[in-house]
Amino acid sequence: MSETKDNLAALAADVESALARRRSRSAAAISWIREAALLPVLAVLLIVGAVLNSHFLTVSNMTGIGQQISALGVVVVGESLILLIGGLDLSLESTFGLAPMLAAWLLVPVAAAGNGMLLNPYLGIVILLAVGAAVGLVNGLLIVKGRLNGFIVTLGMTILLAGIQDGIVKGQAPFSLPTAFGYLGAAYIGSIPLSLIVTAVIFVGTGVFLRYHRLGRAIYAVGGNREAARAAGIKVDQVRIGVYVAGSILAAIGGLMEAGRVSSVAPTQGYGEGIIFSVFAAAVIGGVSLQGGRGNMVGAASGVILLGFVQNILDLENAPNYWIEAIDGGVILFALFLARVIGGEASAE
Amino acid sequence: MSEPVIPAASDPGIAPAAEAVGIHKRFGSTRALAGVDLSLETGRCLGLVGRNGAGKSTLVSILSGLYPPDAGEVRLDGRPAPSLGDMAAWRGRIATVFQHSMVVPSLTVAENVFLGRPPSHGARGIGVVDWRRMREQTREVMAEWGFDVNADTACGNLTVEQRQVVEITRALAAGTRCLLLDEPTAALERGAAQRLFERIRQLQAQGVAILYISHHLEEVFEICTDVAVLRDGEMVLTAPLGEVTKDDLVAAMVGQKLLHAERPLVSPPAQPEPPVGAARSDHPALVVEGVTFASPGVFLGNVSLTIRGGERVGVTGLRGSGATTLARIVAGAATPDAGRVRLGDHVLRPGDRAGALRAGIGYIPEDRQADGFVPLLGAAENITMTVTDRLARGGFIGPRRREALAAPMARRLSLVSAGLGQPVRELSGGNQQKVTVARALASDPVLIVAITPTRGVDVASKELLLSELERVTSQTGASLLLATDELDDLVICDRVVVLVRGEIFTEFTEPPFDREALIAATEGLGAS
Repeated sequence: MSETKDNLAALAADVESALARRRSRSAAAISWIREAALLPVLAVLLIVGAVLNSHFLTVSNMTGIGQQISALGVVVVGESLILLIGGLDLSLESTFGLAPMLAAWLLVPVAAAGNGMLLNPYLGIVILLAVGAAVGLVNGLLIVKGRLNGFIVTLGMTILLAGIQDGIVKGQAPFSLPTAFGYLGAAYIGSIPLSLIVTAVIFVGTGVFLRYHRLGRAIYAVGGNREAARAAGIKVDQVRIGVYVAGSILAAIGGLMEAGRVSSVAPTQGYGEGIIFSVFAAAVIGGVSLQGGRGNMVGAASGVILLGFVQNILDLENAPNYWIEAIDGGVILFALFLARVIGGEASAE
Repeated sequence: MSEPVIPAASDPGIAPAAEAVGIHKRFGSTRALAGVDLSLETGRCLGLVGRNGAGKSTLVSILSGLYPPDAGEVRLDGRPAPSLGDMAAWRGRIATVFQHSMVVPSLTVAENVFLGRPPSHGARGIGVVDWRRMREQTREVMAEWGFDVNADTACGNLTVEQRQVVEITRALAAGTRCLLLDEPTAALERGAAQRLFERIRQLQAQGVAILYISHHLEEVFEICTDVAVLRDGEMVLTAPLGEVTKDDLVAAMVGQKLLHAERPLVSPPAQPEPPVGAARSDHPALVVEGVTFASPGVFLGNVSLTIRGGERVGVTGLRGSGATTLARIVAGAATPDAGRVRLGDHVLRPGDRAGALRAGIGYIPEDRQADGFVPLLGAAENITMTVTDRLARGGFIGPRRREALAAPMARRLSLVSAGLGQPVRELSGGNQQKVTVARALASDPVLIVAITPTRGVDVASKELLLSELERVTSQTGASLLLATDELDDLVICDRVVVLVRGEIFTEFTEPPFDREALIAATEGLGAS
């Protein structure tokens, strides 16, 4: 009698573990779909764009889109890293403006709205990177060690940095940047913009780092369950501060690209244009969770490309200027909704 | 403290896997541990039992290296424990499976097993994760210990049981041969718990030392080789399991006190109140029919219960027994999977707190910080929060009307505050709880649902709160559903229902209730 019972229990356990195996297999498939959630949307946009305008699918238009979105893309990589550890950084947009502004101001003559020091352009790039690192370090220390709210810290930092950006040049835009300084944003390799290549390398490099480096995995662990990460011996505070620094450096590099592309630094670059909204939209549409711990570079890249496509189609179709922002916003909401439908419960949050 | 007579201890060559010697720990004025000794031998499983607040969690935290003892020493494998900063070194020697899951849901099983120390390609300094080796080693460790969880699954997709296996595997993969399991069955269903026991036996057979913390004595008897009892921060009993009975353990956990001996009834209805019997017939009965609820950690299976008008019923049980969940369902603060709750003929909409309030159910929630009050608002405003519709004139509420309603309640409960406008955040815990209770009573409920209303409250306030509940129910004829694991609270009840693992185990109908019998019943022992 009890033997039968045992047999039954064993059978039940077998069935249960078989079911669990099945569940985990289908779960793995679902997570793959989630990573690629936006690819069908991008395909649809490609078709829509091609149908609406014959110029859309040309090489020159595509590389044009590439150059336009590469600066944004680099900032999205930085923001995604910060979102992955469960943080957020509004001030990336100001770093995007201030870092190239300070460098340009020190590089160009007074006549071109500089301060006349005429520094070596390579030193200028070093300064630009240093500004990024310093801003990230201050943010990281205030948030992690000072235990201040990240939203408010980076909001305050955004306004402070944008004010400095405006203040040092008194509202002027330094121009005639040295070739070496503008090279990253302006140069072409064959018919492909250098900035697009560099951005692609940054995306792939970060993606590989996140997937295959122990620090990259630690980022996911910290964002997914901070306590568990700490108990596992991961230096949680150092990882978090480091990611804020890396994110700000990437924002500075994005700013360098933008400066090169338009061959000057506008006082409104970054904060004045409100690029942080596009940055968050691209990351979240691309499946990087605002709650931390989830997301990847494939998604973030598709989010950036999606925004680029939409912008380009609106430009090509001569969408009425006064309505362009409304259409833009509507498309972002729609893309978010689609990402949720395709990616399931946990996506687009 | 009698040293356990165990074979391994008699061999001087083998040091215990983990050892606590004379551990003292205080938190502020609270003494958590006072000179506790404990020894975990390889291949043995020590059950650690004790009531809530006996110091079990503190001891586990100290053994896990989460914080240092004030005095005393932790020794691992006969050597002093590593410094507290060196988490990685601790994890290689002793590992804890906590009650709350320590897996990262977005990462795979293999990554969680090697969390913080993934195998790398080539030189470790470069730190390129060797995914293939990580998966292989995970599979190897799983296979070695007979576990079966797919290494590539994201942990967010695992069951609670599987996550636990991942945490155990993590410990074993780090080389730990000493495991602390903190109430590991609390979140498991019966079948899963049985499979856990098999794993524990197997670990033990292969020489792992295990500390098994549990609220369930029958589990301790099922899988442990030795048992230790903590009471009020002291180790009052340590023995091999063969030498003690369940009664010994219960006696050691409780001490000698009996429930009715501890506190006489506070305010017997001495005043000439409206006759209790008359009041009782006025109010509709609460009828709970076949309520079923399942979530990780809590389970209720087809529970039915009737509370007559004016009756005071206590519901008690161990954590995870479903006692508080049952109360939350009645109050409309949780939604059952099946079954219904009605008050008289009125069937309550499941999970509708506002509807339950309209029907006349006052609610004293378990977590007062989270659900009991709004910390930045004043005491009067918090107390009258449930009756704003009655107070408002054309939608506006004057502070004077508000205070006029709150003041008598505050006075009866001896609320100590610098005025009824003082933000509740600034009040002491006991006074905060008085506000929460007053809020529930303000709506003149016909049924009061109270969950652990005296937790974290000093003795004097405790008496006040209980006698106020007693007074209000006998005066207004309201009935009371009191879900608590503080047995002292049950003195005001006419009847006590004991839940064990989501089912009604037994009922005590004759107050005063015998403390030991109650505790034994919550453990699922001695069905009456």
